[in-house]
Amino acid sequence: MLHLKCPWCGLRDETEYCYGGQAHVAYPEDPAALTDEEWAEYLFFRDNPKGPFAERWVHSGGCRRWFNVVRDTRTYEVLAVYTSKQPRPSISPENGSTAVATGGPR
Amino acid sequence: MAKQLPEHPAWLWRDADPKSSYDAVIIGGGGHGLATAYYLARNHGMTNIAILEKGWLAGGNMARNTTIIRSNYLWDESAAIYEHALGLWEQLPDELDYDFLFSQRGVLNLAHTLQDVRDSVRRVEANRLNGVDAEFVTPEEVAKLCPIINISPDVRYPVLGATYQPRAGIAKHDHVAWAFARACDAMGVDIIQNCEVTGFVKDGDRVTGVETTRGRINAGKVGMVAAGHSSVLAEMAGFRLPVQSHPLQALVSELYEPVHPTVVMSNHVHVYVSQAHKGELVMGAGVDSYNGYGQRGSFHVIERQMAASLELFPIFSRAHLLRTWGGIVDVCPDASPIIGETPLENLYVNCGWGTGGFKATPSSGWVMAHTMATGEPHHLNRPFGLERFTTGHLIDEHGAAGVAH
Repeated sequence: MLHLKCPWCGLRDETEYCYGGQAHVAYPEDPAALTDEEWAEYLFFRDNPKGPFAERWVHSGGCRRWFNVVRDTRTYEVLAVYTSKQPRPSISPENGSTAVATGGPR
Repeated sequence: MAKQLPEHPAWLWRDADPKSSYDAVIIGGGGHGLATAYYLARNHGMTNIAILEKGWLAGGNMARNTTIIRSNYLWDESAAIYEHALGLWEQLPDELDYDFLFSQRGVLNLAHTLQDVRDSVRRVEANRLNGVDAEFVTPEEVAKLCPIINISPDVRYPVLGATYQPRAGIAKHDHVAWAFARACDAMGVDIIQNCEVTGFVKDGDRVTGVETTRGRINAGKVGMVAAGHSSVLAEMAGFRLPVQSHPLQALVSELYEPVHPTVVMSNHVHVYVSQAHKGELVMGAGVDSYNGYGQRGSFHVIERQMAASLELFPIFSRAHLLRTWGGIVDVCPDASPIIGETPLENLYVNCGWGTGGFKATPSSGWVMAHTMATGEPHHLNRPFGLERFTTGHLIDEHGAAGVAH
């Protein structure tokens, strides 16, 4: 079981949290201008790196607030925890070919 | 000093070394990759082909699934491809001359709420229209088919009925892989293990080969059949797939006398259980919520599926857990696979089977072989192309998939 440190409540078991998938996926600035391909990217396509991944979690069984985690999807090691107000940590993809997910349609 | 060990039994296939060039290479030596190679050779006469496997043959999800075979999916597109697979399963033991213990012992998908009952009846009717054997059975009939299920109304989630597909069943997954491998090898297919693809050789937007840990291999056609690692390969090739890789765990008990004559699945309390031929109870449930490539998940997922199985089968309360494991499943937003062309010429993809690929193994190979050999999708996989995420023609099978994502 993962242990995640909620920025507000501290270290808790994974069972208190729910997963929110990739972080930093912004809603399109001008939705009406998007092509079908761009909508498909926004709705259905997410990064799926083997290595460090910036993702969202919500502390459902506690303060019910969302926050971000950078976690290595190979080892499940938590590399960073940060709130939406904090800057995104720069994590170098050590011995892996995959950079931290860039987020958003590209 | 131990006695001299007996001779190792004969291998069923050659451990081939890579040649510099093939008419087609298939990335991934699991069930779907093997079936693709088998039907490329058998149906399309392509024998100058190779399967590239980064580890050992059938050591990924082919060795980690819970071996359930059924075709009772809701939508026409899914019923067609899964029913095609079931028809092939019924022929394959003879065709491959290998008894891989395909046992059509039926599957019950339990309904525990009024909405479950309505959805189940709807699916049964849809199945019948598509020529899939299906019926809705009452709790008393459930108890006749599987006497160890607790159908008491006095539990938190009582059994209100079930869908029943008599032709569904289980097979011994590793033997299925070996049967395909032997048949492929006999037709001249090179099965190359310990050969990881590290890049694609491209001429503009056309793929002409792959770079591997055992050197460059040129290929007329390349098929990606890599399950949990499909996104990693796609990134190397320069495009994205709408899949997320999750751990999916399963477990077996110690060996017991035969007590469980069929396959039971429950979406609501959420577990699926059968008893393998040797006697172990085989159970699985939903994926771990987070993305992961670690072939392991969190223990509370195992704990919950055991709790669910105890709710249904009180007789299991003293069964001992023998082993748990995890595989990496590539899950699509609509719980249906992606089989077809990619943005690159001569590169084809077969992925996104998520939590339920084993049952589709023969059909997946059949249509992938057709797509690679002819350059055009087979009518069975035409609806499952990557373009459906742009057109919006999704094939939402989260209900019939029976595994929470």
